[in-house]
Amino acid sequence: MADVVLENVTKKFGNHTALDNVSLTIPDGSFVVLLGPTGAGKTTTLRMVSGLDRPDSGNIYFGGRSVEGHTPAQRNVAMVFQQYSLYPHLTVRQNLEFPLKSPLLKTPREAIDRKVNAIAEVLQISHKLDNKATALSGGEMQRVSIGRALVRTPQIYLMDEPLSSLDAKLRADLRIELKNIQAKSGATLLYVTHDQIEAMTMATHIGVLHEGRLVQFGSPREVYEHPVSIYAATKLGQPRINIIPADTFPGAPSRAVHIGLRPEHITQGSGQDALVRRVEHLGDQTRLHLSFRKNDLITVTDAHTRLKSGDTVKIQPDKPLYFDAAGMRLA
Amino acid sequence: MSSYSVTEPSGRQKLFAGTLVILYALITILPLLWIIGTSFKSPSDAIAYPPKTFFSPTLEGYVNLFTTRTRATEEDVKALGEPTTWYDRIVRKDGFIIAGPSRFMERFSNSIVIGFGSTVLCIVLGTAAAYAFSRFKVPLKDDLLFFILSTRMMPPIAVAIPIFLMFRSLGLNDTHLGMILLYTAVNLSLAVWLLKGFIDEIPIEYEEAALIDGYTRFQAFYKVVLPQAMTGIASTAIFCLIFAWNEYAFAVLLTSGTAQTAPPFIPTIIGVGGQDWPAVAAGATLFLVPVMIFTIVLRKHLLRGITFGAVRK
Ligand SMILES: Nc1ncnc2c1ncn2[C@@H]1O[C@H](COP(=O)(O)OP(=O)(O)OP(=O)(O)O)[C@@H](O)[C@H]1O
Ligand SMILES: [Mg+2]
Repeated sequence: MADVVLENVTKKFGNHTALDNVSLTIPDGSFVVLLGPTGAGKTTTLRMVSGLDRPDSGNIYFGGRSVEGHTPAQRNVAMVFQQYSLYPHLTVRQNLEFPLKSPLLKTPREAIDRKVNAIAEVLQISHKLDNKATALSGGEMQRVSIGRALVRTPQIYLMDEPLSSLDAKLRADLRIELKNIQAKSGATLLYVTHDQIEAMTMATHIGVLHEGRLVQFGSPREVYEHPVSIYAATKLGQPRINIIPADTFPGAPSRAVHIGLRPEHITQGSGQDALVRRVEHLGDQTRLHLSFRKNDLITVTDAHTRLKSGDTVKIQPDKPLYFDAAGMRLA
Repeated sequence: MSSYSVTEPSGRQKLFAGTLVILYALITILPLLWIIGTSFKSPSDAIAYPPKTFFSPTLEGYVNLFTTRTRATEEDVKALGEPTTWYDRIVRKDGFIIAGPSRFMERFSNSIVIGFGSTVLCIVLGTAAAYAFSRFKVPLKDDLLFFILSTRMMPPIAVAIPIFLMFRSLGLNDTHLGMILLYTAVNLSLAVWLLKGFIDEIPIEYEEAALIDGYTRFQAFYKVVLPQAMTGIASTAIFCLIFAWNEYAFAVLLTSGTAQTAPPFIPTIIGVGGQDWPAVAAGATLFLVPVMIFTIVLRKHLLRGITFGAVRK
């Protein structure tokens, strides 16, 4: 394992810039999550690191050495593809064995069996090992494709939305497993997800991509509490951050155009009146949809609240974030 | 209520379809049965009118196919003593003695060498070219593909004379190599086009996965693309073999001895001692066997083609 560094990486497809001067350091042993909407360049970033595609300009370093022109095999990377890409002519077991049998690893037979069985256990697919890869459900295919990466100990694991088609329970299980594996082996991961919980719970670092640019990079807490822009602020937090005009509450700095308020940063009980429009009981918490001076706000409250729609409640902002006209945060 | 399914045909539909298929199969197989039947008739049964459906089978046709015979006087036959083998006996009955083996085995093995040789070469070159056309940025790709196909826009025999002259100056006349190269050249355009279609269907993600898994590009091709292209390769190989196997005009023109294949040879059997239709039919029957075996061996891959759509992304 080693630090992986992207330095001013730019990639164009025709005249569309998929990655624009991205610089990113993935420290050894870290779990870096890339966030960004569809088309932001997340998959493209993984492909640059993997060696499947070359940057138009910029460099990539593994452990301080440039890997320019190196094949994926030479870089020794493992990747879970967004489209699982299992080998359809092979069984599940053969799919899992495939990387171990490569000229790169040439693993002895008993080590292959031991690793494959162990991974199958973790991913809960032991009973499907002799199935043809095409005779699986989408979620099973996805687990096999994670397994095909996890049987190896590469320089870096690249995972492109690896848990996207799993059900909630399995997803929670595998989140913990992945985190465990990473913590135990000290593996380095570059991980793409749309799932906030995955990002918050697993990441040591979060990178926010916006139209091919890396707009923020930092710890999950940092990105959550100090987002650099409205865009970055909306990438984390469930329910989403409320964005309202700056003059809704007094006290905004002069250049502020928007206020960003996390749902938990709206304190209730004092301040000004807001109308409760809808109450969503989620079990462990309750979401309130409020109407405040023609703005819609969402906040969370205690699970056993007696509020119902039509009530009024006094609210007041706590730790508001201020953004300028371009959506950049004001310090 | 009878169960109704959109995709599953009803019993009556199945019966109708089955009947049609069987009828069609009978019509196609009839000439084959006729030839096979004729190969077991005696020469007089073979030309009997009206044709005989029932006859006493004999191997005379096959014996005549594999031997050359001369008419012998009774003293000569006597001097030879009793016939020692079953085929001696068949020949003697008509007052002939066996002079030696015919050239059929040689021609037949020429057919095998040239037919399978050109098929293998064609598949190797065709797969490589199709893969390159499918995966790489080839300059002028579309023009090249069109150009390749244009070689099939006239009957190959139209260029017989230039080929004949070329072969003569290259010393390829009547050689196995020459015929293999010629049939490969004729089949290659079709092979490239067919195979490119099949390889295009294989998502590139599989090769990328193999590259990530530690394989080189060539190993990825070999381990991942080839197995998935087997359906295409099998059907293309059958097409190539059938063309090379049955080709007549070039074989007549360019081969006469060493490299002569079976198609120009079989009709010459007629000439020896009258109209020997059973021997011709025997030659044709044996001639069918290799292509049939080849097709049956590859059938497994052809059928798999139907389930090929199970590739999921
Ligand atoms: N091979 C390609 N040819 C042309 N354009 C491409 C290619 N690959 C990606 N792009 C473009 O580059 C941009 C970034 O694509 P990328 O696949 O990295 O997005 P992503 O962040 O992974 O999105 P998603 O969340 O939908 O997977 C997109 O606009 C896409 O259309
Ligand atoms: Mg993607």
